[in-house]
Amino acid sequence: MADITLSSVGKTFAGAPALKDITTRFEDGEFIALLGPSGCGKTTLLRLLAGFEMPDSGQIRIGDRVMADAQAGTMVPPEERNIGFVFQSYALWPHMSVRRNVSYPLEIRRLSRADIATQTDAALAATGLRDYADRMPSDLSGGQRQRVALARCLVSDPGAVLLDEPLANLDVALRASMQAVFTDFHKRTGATMVYVTHDQAEAMAMADRIAVMDRGRIQQFDTPQNLYECPKNRFVAEFVGRGTVVPVQGVERTEAEVHARVLGARIAVQSGQDSPGVSHVCLRPENLTITETGDLRAKVARVTYLGGKYLLETVADCGTRLLAETRARFDVGAQLGLTITTPWAFLED
Amino acid sequence: MGLAMQKGGSRSEDRLLSAILVVAICLTLAPVLRLFVEGVTDQGAPGLSLAAEVLSQPSTLSALRHSLITAGLGTLVSLVLGSAFAFLVALTDLRAKAMLVFCLMIPMMIPPQITALSWTQIMGPSSALLKTIGLAPPLGSPQPLYSAEGIILLLGIQHMSIIFLTLRAGLRAIPQEVVEAARISGAKGLRTWWQVVMPLTLPSLAAGTAITFVTALGNFGIPAMLGIPAGYATLPTLVYQKLAGLGTSVLAEVSVLAMLIGAVAVVGILAQRFFQTRQRVYLVGSTSRPLAIPLGAARLPVEILLWAVVCAILVLPMFGLLATSLVPAYGVPLRLDTVTLELWSEVLFRQPVTTRAFVNSFSLAFGAAVVLMILCLPLAWLMERTPTRLSRVFDSLLDLPYALPGVVLSIAMILLLINLPFTEATLYGTIWIIFFAYLSRFFAVMFRPVQASLKQLDPAMGEAAQSVGASLFQRLRDVILPLSAPTAAAGAILVFLTAFNELTVSALLWSSGTETLGVVIFNLDDSGETAMASALAMTIVLVVMGLMALIQLFSRRFPKGVVPWQT
Repeated sequence: MADITLSSVGKTFAGAPALKDITTRFEDGEFIALLGPSGCGKTTLLRLLAGFEMPDSGQIRIGDRVMADAQAGTMVPPEERNIGFVFQSYALWPHMSVRRNVSYPLEIRRLSRADIATQTDAALAATGLRDYADRMPSDLSGGQRQRVALARCLVSDPGAVLLDEPLANLDVALRASMQAVFTDFHKRTGATMVYVTHDQAEAMAMADRIAVMDRGRIQQFDTPQNLYECPKNRFVAEFVGRGTVVPVQGVERTEAEVHARVLGARIAVQSGQDSPGVSHVCLRPENLTITETGDLRAKVARVTYLGGKYLLETVADCGTRLLAETRARFDVGAQLGLTITTPWAFLED
Repeated sequence: MGLAMQKGGSRSEDRLLSAILVVAICLTLAPVLRLFVEGVTDQGAPGLSLAAEVLSQPSTLSALRHSLITAGLGTLVSLVLGSAFAFLVALTDLRAKAMLVFCLMIPMMIPPQITALSWTQIMGPSSALLKTIGLAPPLGSPQPLYSAEGIILLLGIQHMSIIFLTLRAGLRAIPQEVVEAARISGAKGLRTWWQVVMPLTLPSLAAGTAITFVTALGNFGIPAMLGIPAGYATLPTLVYQKLAGLGTSVLAEVSVLAMLIGAVAVVGILAQRFFQTRQRVYLVGSTSRPLAIPLGAARLPVEILLWAVVCAILVLPMFGLLATSLVPAYGVPLRLDTVTLELWSEVLFRQPVTTRAFVNSFSLAFGAAVVLMILCLPLAWLMERTPTRLSRVFDSLLDLPYALPGVVLSIAMILLLINLPFTEATLYGTIWIIFFAYLSRFFAVMFRPVQASLKQLDPAMGEAAQSVGASLFQRLRDVILPLSAPTAAAGAILVFLTAFNELTVSALLWSSGTETLGVVIFNLDDSGETAMASALAMTIVLVVMGLMALIQLFSRRFPKGVVPWQT
């Protein structure tokens, strides 16, 4: 069992807080993505799980073992945690062959020579590296190096695998195929995986749940679909997907629906059942329809071709910038009307 | 697997770091501290009366004046020679630059007493070379190098490499865009140099000048070989002469002198640090392609001039040395019928002192290289990984035993080891005092390259091993050691090279039976056996150049900053 529990974990670097009061739980076998802009604390969180850093407050448990307890001042060193770690720079040892890189964790565990050979071969086969076993890391391409790093962390059957932006150094085409490798790997091993990335498409494509982080806190921890459709606050709404956050006025709540005035128009909005009230809505392109008669008048400021459709950046009469998608082409400066349909509303303090 | 819990982040690393750090501090900083205590006390009690007395002696004052004059003017000679070469090599399209740089590094690597010996062989009435071509001055005329001017000239040549290296490093840090922008704005030739390049390199030039002055001030070999016959004493030779004479208060007296040299040196070191920090700012941009301003028609004449200078300061003296070593007795001209290898075989195989010195120097240099490698590798890695306040302080001070003049360190070592704490035993007069002095002096020579290479090592290398379960020792053995082995080897060769040739420290610490090669050459020449000294010196020059060529051969495999003459 390798569920990961964090209670009020905090970390400070040279007086500046990197993580504040993180309390959360990653279930056994889950694929978790930590998503956020650079400097949000996601890599710090990962390094705390690995044991490379000691938390300044709180407690970290993996399975039934307390890995770090700031109050008691104790922690299990990384080498005794039985976790796997995949580095952004791959961190392959350049003086060892591919086979030796992969078998090294087993040598450390003092397995018999025969066991080392069989398990190494299995790991190499699972990552499609059988033909490259005797090469040196410097002779491999970026994608192959990443697979060696994955094989090295798979070979010792870790309870949890931590991945620190493993695809950041690869080109776009390779990223897509490596995403498939990671997803397959997760399905086959059933290991708990924690994946750090700043690329939301990557997180959405692979993760069961995503923790969106900003300024040392988890802003929202939810499934990809919920993050996109039901953001909790302005940061998540603007960071995940395209969208504009605008304030609402005159909220009226009835049994079935909530109505509010958005940019002058009175419309129905969606919100969570238990939310105490709403103050803002998130307007995504799919909430906006272009109609000649639309009561919201806007002017096209920029047109971007997305392939098959256009993204229009428009400025409403009140000065708000709104993003709309359309299959028809509009010129910059064109006037058009927009209709808003049931946007997601939330309470922002 | 046990549920071992640890206090703090990484207790085993912290413990090992503290342990090695204590050893390193005892080796490097304790002697310096001990000397300082001796300087400000008088027979055990705090007091400055002895210091005042020694400092007011006329011999002290004249030696101080001589030291400042020779070191100052010698630095000026280095500055002129070194900067001219640095500007031409770093900025223009000269050919065969690598060869030129290698040749310019040789003066720095050849021990000063051999430089002095070789130069006296191409001048003066007994020069075998001059006799052979019939240009020798008449017997009885003075050796022109036995003078202040001779010391200044040779100090200047010996240390021009330092100016050359620091300035070249500074010039290489200038992004080429800076010069290109000046040229696109219309600045031509010397104007670019004067208005753009010069202002940007001034800090590194000043830093190089300061450290050259400190090195020249501490030089013992040249003023000893040239100044003692002329009765011209500098501070290091005064310390040597005082220590050779007996007396109850000699040690206390020379400690004051050592403090005096140390004080002047520290001023120089501080100046160098100040200018070095100034140099790092402001320079942004790519430095991948070296500058190569075309010299046009002037290229060939400039090349001829530069190689002529290299010939005059390097090749010619070596020929003088070789000529002297090949004649049967000092003063005989070298002809086909007089050429003999008699002295070579005498000095290499028959003289017990020289064989002993070879064994001593070899074991000392080899032992120092090995011990320092074992010490520096884990220390540099741990200091990089888990720096503590103490390790940062140590980092800023560990150059001191190398930067301070050798005389200062030797006196400090005598003070520290003449009476081992809590025992009656003494290390003075044994080979161990020289060994510990070498460990102290060459610590930085080993540590800095290893540190530079480990700084460039991805910290994830060690962390990856840690995450798969490797203990501290396993990580050091399987990952860190193999990855930094080439650098550690280069550092070890450098330590060996410098220790093998060393004179200043051993000149003050040797006794019968613990002579080093440097001491033997000095003593042979001192007792009139110049021809034998030359043969021995020639052997050492060959060993040095062989080792340098070895490093050069593998230099491509070392990370940046490891090979001192490739910045």
